[in-house]
Amino acid sequence: MPEPLVFHFDVDGNDFTSAGTASVTVKKNLRQLGLPSEVIKKLSIAMYEGEINMVIHADGGTADVIVGESYIDIILADHGPGIPNVELAMQEGYSTATAQIHSLGFGAGMGLPNMKRYSDEMTIDTRLNEGTTVKMRIYL
Amino acid sequence: MESYEHSVLLDRQKCTGCTTCLHHCPTEAIRIINGHAVISQNRCIDCGECIRRCPHNAKRAVSSPLEAMDRFRYKIALPAPSLYGQFNNMDDVDYILNGLLRLGFDDVFEVSKAAELVTAYTRQYMKAENLPVPLISSACPVILRLISLMYPMLEDNVLHLLPPMEVAAQLARERALKQHPELKPEDIGVCFISPCPSKVSYVRNNFGGYKSQVDEVVAMNDIYFRLLDIMKREDKMLSLSDSGMSGISWAESGGESTALLNEGYLAADGIDNVCKVLEEIDNGTIQHVSFVELNACPAGCVGGVLTVQNPYIAKARLRSIGRYLPLALNFPPAGTDGIPKQYLFGDMPSYIPAARLSESYIESIRMMGEIERLRSTLPGIDCGACGAPTCRAHAEDAVRQGIKTVSCPLQQTGQREEKP
Ligand SMILES: Nc1ncnc2c1ncn2[C@@H]1O[C@H](COP(=O)(O)OP(=O)(O)O)[C@@H](O)[C@H]1O
Ligand code: SF4
Ligand SMILES: [Mg+2]
Repeated sequence: MPEPLVFHFDVDGNDFTSAGTASVTVKKNLRQLGLPSEVIKKLSIAMYEGEINMVIHADGGTADVIVGESYIDIILADHGPGIPNVELAMQEGYSTATAQIHSLGFGAGMGLPNMKRYSDEMTIDTRLNEGTTVKMRIYL
Repeated sequence: MESYEHSVLLDRQKCTGCTTCLHHCPTEAIRIINGHAVISQNRCIDCGECIRRCPHNAKRAVSSPLEAMDRFRYKIALPAPSLYGQFNNMDDVDYILNGLLRLGFDDVFEVSKAAELVTAYTRQYMKAENLPVPLISSACPVILRLISLMYPMLEDNVLHLLPPMEVAAQLARERALKQHPELKPEDIGVCFISPCPSKVSYVRNNFGGYKSQVDEVVAMNDIYFRLLDIMKREDKMLSLSDSGMSGISWAESGGESTALLNEGYLAADGIDNVCKVLEEIDNGTIQHVSFVELNACPAGCVGGVLTVQNPYIAKARLRSIGRYLPLALNFPPAGTDGIPKQYLFGDMPSYIPAARLSESYIESIRMMGEIERLRSTLPGIDCGACGAPTCRAHAEDAVRQGIKTVSCPLQQTGQREEKP
């Protein structure tokens, strides 16, 4: 096994219009590896949602994708406000997004539930006023 | 795809190696080698974007001369509806159709007639259950090539109905044999008058195993002036035109979808927009859309590189031609049900996954690691000076060729410092 492949992205918190670009880049790279399209789809949706969350709720952060032989990890880390009640945040439809964000088409409250659905393992490590790290693993 | 016959060629004499085409090729099929553009035969989808962009007219389309039809006893012209938008002060399609007869054709069969049938059959097609969502139109050959090369996961979404050109060719042949029982099938020659090079390669390559019923494809801009001369003569005209507004509107983006009278549609034109829409379909982020019409050319077929007129002017002309026409004049024969088998195609063309680095996943990971390493040593400004469209593509070319280092002309001349 060669060294695991790592893609690192800085996700800009001030730019709504470019939100989601990291997941598009990852998707193109994964296609070149010849991964099945179902895996690519799951991974790019999960990553997209995480990326958007960092932009709209946490003023940006970093995204790392580690491609291994039998699984792919996505690690999204930010220094935002943290999530006060993770159980509540995980509920479908729950959102604290502002009206302005809703008008941009975000904030349906389906991000975290979809991240859980499309990944095989997910952990959320969050501290109030310090930040949030979401780790997702998808097995190949 | 091993010996695919392309219809976009380079004139080496005219090419200055300016890199314009490099930056606009949607499949990154072009490299500048020894000062001239080289098109990768495996990656080219015949979209004509490089023809459209080249400031030196160094790219050209291959098509047949009109004289290629001389070998047939009975010659049929199939004008694409985009032809109707090319002429000034021309509000009656019959001038054009009669002009084609005077050019030496024995019969004219409007592709817009067949387009109306394809619309009717598409409506039937969409009634079936468990269809993939959304369905993607199969009318533009560039889109079919693009999907099989870069978006193979969307192959099932493609409507497996033949494009209007092929349906028109079949019907034109049937009509000729019926009206002239003395003709043998091989006496009949069918000539499509095309707005784009992609139809040329579609016809020449037996797309997806389907043997095209078109014999020759003549460029619209080749026939234009000959037609213009001949159309001026005020002879008695035969009344030939037999299509409605909806068939003619297939020449422009949105025409095919509006003809379906179906609310949930999306129509995108221009190759960049098309790629974005295909990405979104793959992401599953497009909702409430059951039909997607994609045209590689800006504004649709009227924007094809073999047309003469500006696409937006052509669109305005088509609108004035269609104004007093009924919506449609062509329908499936009464009493028939279902889509005739001969209007369906089987498989999409077999493709070599252009994107894939290696057959082996582990080897692909190693190669991509190497690509990323090389890429990080390049300036990342995608200037094209090395001959590749992006720094990433330059790194990928090296790794695919087993080369361990990359050379950047900018770094060599010290014009730009290496990234720390
Ligand atoms: N990275 C994050 N930092 C802070 N809060 C977050 C983060 N991600 C999610 N949240 C909180 O969890 C809620 C639910 O997230 P999600 O399911 O993605 O819905 P949405 O983003 O549409 O609001 C968000 O409204 C927000 O309050
Ligand atoms: S655009 Fe391409 S084909 Fe035209 S001159 Fe420049 S490099 Fe050559
Ligand atoms: Mg969200």
